[in-house]
Amino acid sequence: MAKLVLDFEKPVIELEQKILEMRKYADNLDIADEITKLEERVNQLRESIFSGLTRWQRVQLARHPDRPYTLDYINLMTEDFVELHGDRYHGDDRAIVGGFGRLEGRTVMIVGQQKGRDTKSNLYRNFGMPNPEGYRKALRLMRLAAKFKKPVITLLDTPGAYPGIEAEERGQAEAIARNLFEMSHLPVPIVVVIIGEGASGGALGIGVGDRILMFENAWYSVIAPESCSSILWRSWDFKEQAAEALKLSAPDLLQQGIIDRIVSEPPGGAHRNHEAAAMTLKNTLLEELKELGKIKPEKLVEKRVEKFCRMGAWKE
Amino acid sequence: MAWFRRSKVNIVSEGPKRDIPDGQWTKCEGCGEIIHRKQLEQSYYTCQKCRYHFRIGSKEYFNLLLDPKSFKETDAKMRSVDPLNFVDTKRYADRLKDSMRKSGLNEAVRTGTAKINGIPIVIACMDFSFIGGSMGSVVGEKVARAIDRALKKKTPLVIISSTGGARMMEAAFSLMQMAKTSAKLAQLSDAGIPYVSVLTDPTTGGVTASYAMLGDVNIAEPGALIGFAGPRVIRQTIGRDLPKGFQRAEFLQEKGFVDVVVHRKELRETITKLLRMFQE
Repeated sequence: MAKLVLDFEKPVIELEQKILEMRKYADNLDIADEITKLEERVNQLRESIFSGLTRWQRVQLARHPDRPYTLDYINLMTEDFVELHGDRYHGDDRAIVGGFGRLEGRTVMIVGQQKGRDTKSNLYRNFGMPNPEGYRKALRLMRLAAKFKKPVITLLDTPGAYPGIEAEERGQAEAIARNLFEMSHLPVPIVVVIIGEGASGGALGIGVGDRILMFENAWYSVIAPESCSSILWRSWDFKEQAAEALKLSAPDLLQQGIIDRIVSEPPGGAHRNHEAAAMTLKNTLLEELKELGKIKPEKLVEKRVEKFCRMGAWKE
Repeated sequence: MAWFRRSKVNIVSEGPKRDIPDGQWTKCEGCGEIIHRKQLEQSYYTCQKCRYHFRIGSKEYFNLLLDPKSFKETDAKMRSVDPLNFVDTKRYADRLKDSMRKSGLNEAVRTGTAKINGIPIVIACMDFSFIGGSMGSVVGEKVARAIDRALKKKTPLVIISSTGGARMMEAAFSLMQMAKTSAKLAQLSDAGIPYVSVLTDPTTGGVTASYAMLGDVNIAEPGALIGFAGPRVIRQTIGRDLPKGFQRAEFLQEKGFVDVVVHRKELRETITKLLRMFQE
């Protein structure tokens, strides 16, 4: 299958391919010096492109179909993972996955939104758009974690909660609200990571925690740039401007005090090296869990509520 | 050259549709009945013929529900700032100014302490006329402080919602108000203090997905549109028409997300009855 190459990635990827081809002949020809030079050039080029990404370009990276998804991180980071299905009321939502696993020997509950990579798997995963039973499954699993005093890790990656008839009938709004309510006083550490797309209440529905981490090229906001464009500009054509106006990138959100920490991505973005992205995340999570483990549950909950209460801007 | 020249001005449109008409007579949007203003006021801004509930604001709700002169407004001066310097077709800062001028309000929610049939309560009421009743930092913060006040005074909380959802112009800040208000409600609930949520037309988006759906009792006004996604978005997504009555208050009661649909004229008594029973 042809890989998706984004416009701004093209120069880097073309150069990389050239280097690969040259390597094939490197045994016969004396071009080692030239390859080294080209490699330097590609690094510089990548650096210059990726240090100046626009917010819309980051949105595109966050949506890259080769980007690691929740189950990729789970497979790369954990041992003994057992996926647990169903909300015990209605069914199993495949747009949210979760279960117990071990992170460097330590038991954790990991819950995350799950996208598909091609049409078939996207239909299976409903494009990562959860229904109410997904949020209710997430809550069931988090309560299970609390029962056994295990920390919770949530991975956010969704274009939004599913806007369908059945979703409304089964209480999409109530399911999300209930999660915000319950997560705010769950007596175990919760680390939230925005790994790709963090669209609105659909993302936040599993996004209340003690520490909010975010991958360098993920985005997180109240609405997707396209929808924002269609509502405020009354046209789909202003997505770039909307992305800029929403200030939805990781550096923006760190500055706004909404996230606590940016997780760096491997050169060229997480989709270029899943293992490296997963290793960085794993180490970051272990650090965070170690710190959170020192805090008593009551204190943890108190600080969590205070943290969200500080968010916002107003004058009196 | 035209044969005839128009000597009079064309029929002029009467400007944007108003929620509460200034004129003496108004047409019911439900059945077309012509109702006199006095009659409308006496009937709780509802149509006596078809039960249509006109959209009203915090001022009217406070008059209808609360004991006379019992309302003491809190955080009345809190104002929105424009933390992101947000510009779409208009600057957010200008939008705020315009909205304040047009609505005569400082923000999309008013909060305070009051009494309802002698019972002290903390109340918050949203105004749809202020940027579509959208929730930005100020709405979130005022609601959070109202919850704090209810906690401190150990008095029940009543919130009346009327909103299109989170305010886009404050982006992630708006989103986080959902978490803030829900977290505060969890504290209120842990303290055993009652919370009655009143959902009016419309209550959608981020507010529904946070405090509006979290009442110990959720009361809705007849015919109110209540949901997470708006009907237009759902229609676009699924590519077909929506069933009749979909996302209306009665539908939500049937599906189990609203405890009771109550006519506006019975709202005061219903809230009172519940709060009295909780207190005994």
